[in-house]
Amino acid sequence: MAKMTGAQALLESLKREKVEVMFGISGGALLPIHDVLCDSEIRHILARHEQGAAHMADGYARASGTAGVCMATSGPGATNIVTGLANAYLDSSPVIALTGQVPTYSANTSYMIGRDAFQEADIIGITTPITKYNVQVKHASEIPNAVKSAFYIATTGRPGPALVDLPKDTQTVKAEMDFSDNVQIRGYKPNTDPHPLQIKKAVNLLLNAERPMVLAGGGVNLSGASPELLQIAELLMMPVATTFMGKSCFPENHPLSMGNIGMHGTMLANKMILEADVLLAVGTRFQDRSTGTLNGFCPDAKIIHIDVDAAEIGKNVDVEVPIVGDAKPTLTMINQRLVKKVKKQKNGPWVKQVQAAKEKYLSELDLGSGDLTSPKLLKELRRLLPEQAIIATEVGQNQMWAALHFQTIKPRTFISSGGLGTMGFGFPAAIGAKVACPECPVVDIAGDGSFRMTEQELGTSVTEDIPVIVIVLNNSMLGMVAQWQRLFYQKRYAAVKLGNVPDFAKLAQAYGAEGVHIESLTEFSAVIKNALKTEVTTVIDVPISPDDDVFPMVPPGKGLKDTVGGL
Amino acid sequence: MDQKYVHIISTIVEHKPGVLYTVSNLFRRRGFNIDSISVGSTEESGIARMTIMVTGDNRTIEQVIKQLNKLIDVLKVTRLDPENIVTRELALIKVTATSTKARSDIINYADIFRARVVDVCTESLMMEITGTSDKIDAFITLMKPFGVKEVARTGITSLSRGPKSVKIDE
Repeated sequence: MAKMTGAQALLESLKREKVEVMFGISGGALLPIHDVLCDSEIRHILARHEQGAAHMADGYARASGTAGVCMATSGPGATNIVTGLANAYLDSSPVIALTGQVPTYSANTSYMIGRDAFQEADIIGITTPITKYNVQVKHASEIPNAVKSAFYIATTGRPGPALVDLPKDTQTVKAEMDFSDNVQIRGYKPNTDPHPLQIKKAVNLLLNAERPMVLAGGGVNLSGASPELLQIAELLMMPVATTFMGKSCFPENHPLSMGNIGMHGTMLANKMILEADVLLAVGTRFQDRSTGTLNGFCPDAKIIHIDVDAAEIGKNVDVEVPIVGDAKPTLTMINQRLVKKVKKQKNGPWVKQVQAAKEKYLSELDLGSGDLTSPKLLKELRRLLPEQAIIATEVGQNQMWAALHFQTIKPRTFISSGGLGTMGFGFPAAIGAKVACPECPVVDIAGDGSFRMTEQELGTSVTEDIPVIVIVLNNSMLGMVAQWQRLFYQKRYAAVKLGNVPDFAKLAQAYGAEGVHIESLTEFSAVIKNALKTEVTTVIDVPISPDDDVFPMVPPGKGLKDTVGGL
Repeated sequence: MDQKYVHIISTIVEHKPGVLYTVSNLFRRRGFNIDSISVGSTEESGIARMTIMVTGDNRTIEQVIKQLNKLIDVLKVTRLDPENIVTRELALIKVTATSTKARSDIINYADIFRARVVDVCTESLMMEITGTSDKIDAFITLMKPFGVKEVARTGITSLSRGPKSVKIDE
């Protein structure tokens, strides 16, 4: 036990959680914490907007596999991180938010919280549906346990964001602090080990399958189960499709890789998954964007569903073998049984069928007409970047092109807002990822619409010396919405034309970053090579046609079998 | 579509501010309807029991239970077997009773239903009745011709029969 202020206890708790960096913006209700931060080894990265800070923490978490921390003051500071928390919640990302709050009491009104004080917002009430855990500290002595609980809950089981609300007086009061390690939470006991009987059932099903296939989701990335996934795929010669959140968990240059399924999945994955007789689904929640209409989704397949969150099993699809467990230990146990029972398999008829389909798919792949199309640029980008380079994306056409045409090889190298679809996520997330992995090049694939939403973080990138590359696929449009208006609303374009402002190259230069406008793939390559060498934040403005569509596509209200290459 | 039934879910929760909000908000957000909910303390301090009545098909109820289990402040969720529980609800019913005839009729009915008169004045009577929801429904129907002025019902609370009890840490 040690006597110290709440603010000191907070920093000590963060240190014990091995926090090295946090992203945030200061404010009145955080002053005591920032005062202590002056003497701390923890790096505070000053964002330009709290939403940016939350996304940076999220990008940091996704790239590093550990919790990312953001901090915001009371009231508007706290409400500005709400989008970031909702985003982290839907993508199961361990983001810890620390928020200042008005004091619990003050000298002239015995009680302050709940009286609509200056910059007071009920952030606990607001974030309850979008956090895995939130807590308001009522006394300084509660801080160590609150922080410990938040980290433990956010990072174990199915990860998710947690918020600790810190009234200003709890930051200044001195109290005896208990930093003991055991955290006791009666209502939280994540179950990560699968039931052996279910493993046995799954193995039997897999061994008797003629056309087995894997559907790997974000849970594989979160669990770090890529090596186990590779092993099981190769043992049984199973083709692997990924969901959007699963992208990068299986090397896409592997012969068994089918790419993504879903609304903008590859034609290959969307068609082949319908042929499967056994589907091994790992760490996916069968979201509508992945499955299309459920009627007709994998009609012949018996589904083995592995998920650490019991509530996901049976939520959207009926399954043959439910397995509640973390992807890594579960696949390990399945592999141990399989290794004893199967010899290294040769290419059977199913694999041959898949390979033939893949060759056909690759030969028919449409990269668009003209020299400078988004798919061609993304292929070129892959060629220029090392395998471990991290790609972040914004949301919309840029995101779907990146998912389709940028081949990921290493796990955790594709960071994108899958569940919430948050425009403006990619750039701050790229900054967070760069902080987590300073040795890796980090590139944000952006659209002009999304980049406009958080472009002010150029200030953070430059002043904090966190160099990232932003590629703005610029059609002066909210491109995905325009695509839907073109295809399904008789080209009646409304509220999508952004105009050709600002000049993104000049905007970057105004922030002290490198800003370049390019007109050809050759120029593009030269700029990328230079940016990789100089390690300076670089914004590349790429003009693309406002008429370009993302294909393949599953039209809204249709199933995977209705995937079309163009309309 | 599965058949919809009424289910009774007994939930043991941390007795602290915000827990009712957390639980009811989950129902609202996921589109589950609460038929009734009653909350009160239990044999253990710091622990409360919520008895929730919800109508839905089996898939819905399974989701309700799994989602409730995910809440940190929820310690235990049990789906009670309707064949093997004791279920009670309490209601206060205020009935117009201006004539002597009405007054004696009401008291007669109350006796049959084992309701108690808890307040008397010249224009009305207030009755307290405990029992299953069906019994209370029947009594209210019977009172309607006299003029029901106000009804306050608690929602049901339940425990399973027999010596076994729900242990939180199992």
